Amino acid sequence: MEAIMCMLSSGRCTPTHLYLLLLIIIALGFHTVEGVWPLPQTVTTSPERYPLNSQAFYFGYGRQSAAKPGCSVLDAAFKRYFSLIFQDYTSGNGPLRFNENKPFTVEVSVDHDDCESYPNEDSSERYNLSVYAGKAFLNAETVWGAVRGLESFSQLVYQDEYGSYFVNKTEINDFPRFKFRGILLDTSRHYLPVTAILKTLDAMAYSKFNVFHWHIVDDPSFPYQSSTFPDLSSKGAFHLMTHIYTQSDVRRVISHARLWGIRVIPEFDSPGHTQSWGKGQPDLLTPCYRSSTPSGTFGPVNPVLPSTYQFMTKLFKEVSSVFPDSYIHLGGDEVDFGCWKSNPDVRAFMQKMGFGGDFLKLEAFYMESIVNITSALNKTSIVWQDVFDYHEQIPKDTVLHIWKGTGYKAELSRITKAGMRVVLAAPWYINHITYGQDWRNSYTVQPLDFSGTDEQKKLVIGGEVAMWGEYVDATNLHPRLWPRASAGAERLWSDEQQTSSVDKAFPRLQDFRCLLVRRGIRAEPLFVGHCKHEYQGI
Amino acid sequence: MAMNKFNVFHWHIVDDPSFPYLSRTFPQLSQQGAYHPYTHVYTPADVKMVIEFGRLRGIRVIPEFDTPGHTQSWGKGQKDLLTPCYSGSKPSGTFGPVNPILNTTYDFMSQFFKEISTVFPDAYIHLGGDEVDFSCWKSNPDIQKFMEQQGFGQDFTKLESFYIQKLLDIVATTQKGYMIWQEVFDNGVKLKADTVVHVWIGGGANDEMAKVTGAGYTTILSAPWYLDYISYAQDWQKYYKVEPLNFNGTDEQKKLVIGGEACLWGEYVDATNLTPRLWPRASAVAERLWSDKGVTDINDAFNRLSVHRCRMVERGIPAEPLFSSYCPREYRGV
Repeated sequence: MEAIMCMLSSGRCTPTHLYLLLLIIIALGFHTVEGVWPLPQTVTTSPERYPLNSQAFYFGYGRQSAAKPGCSVLDAAFKRYFSLIFQDYTSGNGPLRFNENKPFTVEVSVDHDDCESYPNEDSSERYNLSVYAGKAFLNAETVWGAVRGLESFSQLVYQDEYGSYFVNKTEINDFPRFKFRGILLDTSRHYLPVTAILKTLDAMAYSKFNVFHWHIVDDPSFPYQSSTFPDLSSKGAFHLMTHIYTQSDVRRVISHARLWGIRVIPEFDSPGHTQSWGKGQPDLLTPCYRSSTPSGTFGPVNPVLPSTYQFMTKLFKEVSSVFPDSYIHLGGDEVDFGCWKSNPDVRAFMQKMGFGGDFLKLEAFYMESIVNITSALNKTSIVWQDVFDYHEQIPKDTVLHIWKGTGYKAELSRITKAGMRVVLAAPWYINHITYGQDWRNSYTVQPLDFSGTDEQKKLVIGGEVAMWGEYVDATNLHPRLWPRASAGAERLWSDEQQTSSVDKAFPRLQDFRCLLVRRGIRAEPLFVGHCKHEYQGI
Repeated sequence: MAMNKFNVFHWHIVDDPSFPYLSRTFPQLSQQGAYHPYTHVYTPADVKMVIEFGRLRGIRVIPEFDTPGHTQSWGKGQKDLLTPCYSGSKPSGTFGPVNPILNTTYDFMSQFFKEISTVFPDAYIHLGGDEVDFSCWKSNPDIQKFMEQQGFGQDFTKLESFYIQKLLDIVATTQKGYMIWQEVFDNGVKLKADTVVHVWIGGGANDEMAKVTGAGYTTILSAPWYLDYISYAQDWQKYYKVEPLNFNGTDEQKKLVIGGEACLWGEYVDATNLTPRLWPRASAVAERLWSDKGVTDINDAFNRLSVHRCRMVERGIPAEPLFSSYCPREYRGV
């Protein structure tokens, strides 16, 4: 700084200043490649670096590539990544650069032409990236892997003090440790404008998250505008016009996610968490009783009426066709039995079915029926751990979502012992904010640290960082999510042994956070410090 | 702030990590001490703009130049200002608080605060004086000699007081009143009658308020209102429930409590999360400081604060939600 300053001001340079200037230039050549977050499985780098010029930079398809020009995913990715890489680029002529117009091409080759499909639970995200002088080769099995590789490449590019772009000679072989790496957003406690959701998807892609778990409706509001049951949102949303997701909004989210290789898994949580459903669907919820008369309040979904299951069949038929992912989240958590207990028809049903006084059996009956509905629609169900804990009979391919904080390791053992797959969310409820660097708690989670065989551990398909919405909306969503969620992202993607040191992660995550800010994501600071380019909004 | 009728902006402008204030008398302070000498500084024009922006809203701007601790960044551009720490008999290469035994220190402070007193029009300047770590002073042989000469023994609070006393005298000549953190009072420094003592240490704040007002000084309360200490759920309620005059004292004493201040220290805060972290939690403090003592119904406050929060959002201030809810016009930024 001092050295450069002396040159630009009155020319009061001393020899030491110039020497310092030289040192600075040399030092900056050794840009650390651990600038990729999450850390790739294997990275080899060299101090040898190549200049990049936005006027002579190209993305291209390899000759052997199954995906070709016209591939929607990659064409869109090339366009996006060009702007992400050349942050200073404007469409006019830039300032004169001191390096010659050496062209640089990133050649992308993909084994399978899955351009027009959606990413699924088995999609490979593996990629190889080799960076040489003037050329980089990106090979992947699927377009989704190519998108992951492009993200890594974009993080390898850096600028020196004069704004010139460089990339170092690099070799990366990478694939994710876990296939399911999700973020949960809750759009019922607070409505999130579509733009906030799209921005979240962008930020997810920068950290290689690949599942958007959309907890779309719940007690407080029902913003999903159903074409089969329009009253659900017109009576159940916070506002029937301004606080809803139209079919077109939903399609927009799904297609924006697809281009990033992100799956969208909707959650229609029942039989609890359904207060808002009852506004537009009378007789859906159980009327609670005060001794022998209805109290006027309502409880969970009414499991004794056939109309309930007719409704659910129709609703899930629509949801199955609107959301292309093969998974649906059915919820099943925190069912309060008080209301069921108070209702005479429910009690009579319990007698008829031989459940006695055990309401867990009634809940099981309900959930099993719902899972059957979605199975018939060829969907795989994810449900909260409560469904397993309450001994419900569910298909073997149902995925259990572990969320309860205390004893989650024991739960991991239990569920995998029963041969069922799990997604771990419990240690990543980052809506629970605390003072200080709590990203470290997310980072040090060890998802496979539980008693079980290797076979059992294979059943942990991944994890999810949750941002429940009680205290979150568009005003504070992004600083609360980022960069803390990125700590979980590395835990889910990278090799655990290579990423065991919080101290080593800290400077990398600081740099990554500044990259997020540069890309327009309001990622909050980890600690005291600064970014070259601060957030310019309010 | 103006929407919440706050009327004082306490600008804790410099501290250990960086010195962004561009001083015209000592420009190297920010040249060497800021995170970046161009992009991360407040020029005289920037400072003027903040002061005028505040003035039009009836908001006073009180700058804080905290010494002798919290000054690491000052030493980058002002050699010999900070105390060199010693490791055994040799300098360790690190520096501690402002060096209180050199005349150059006080020459510097005179010139510096002369500038400050002209740049900031408010009648008060905050001089800090908190959290002084004595270990560096202790390690320095020149300081040890000085302590002996002055007859301070090993009591470094006496040295701290020696420094603060001289600093206060310097600032007094600029015709400014001063505010200081409570340690300066606690350590028995001789203060001007119109000094404002800033009570910030949590746990025992009530006793401190009694002591400070008992000694006849005006005071402002911050201790229960450190908004940087975030926690899960509706913590605005605990800020709302604070009653600043709930300490043992006479009515005369209580009149000396001129107000309070919500603090948002910056370790974990910058432009990305500043606004949602400040609002509407600071609004709870605002009502406590403006409204009648009897306005304490928390449920009523919840309803009104929810409306007020949506009003701020509508006006383009991303104030975060209190709980599950909605605003007719949600925040449109990203």
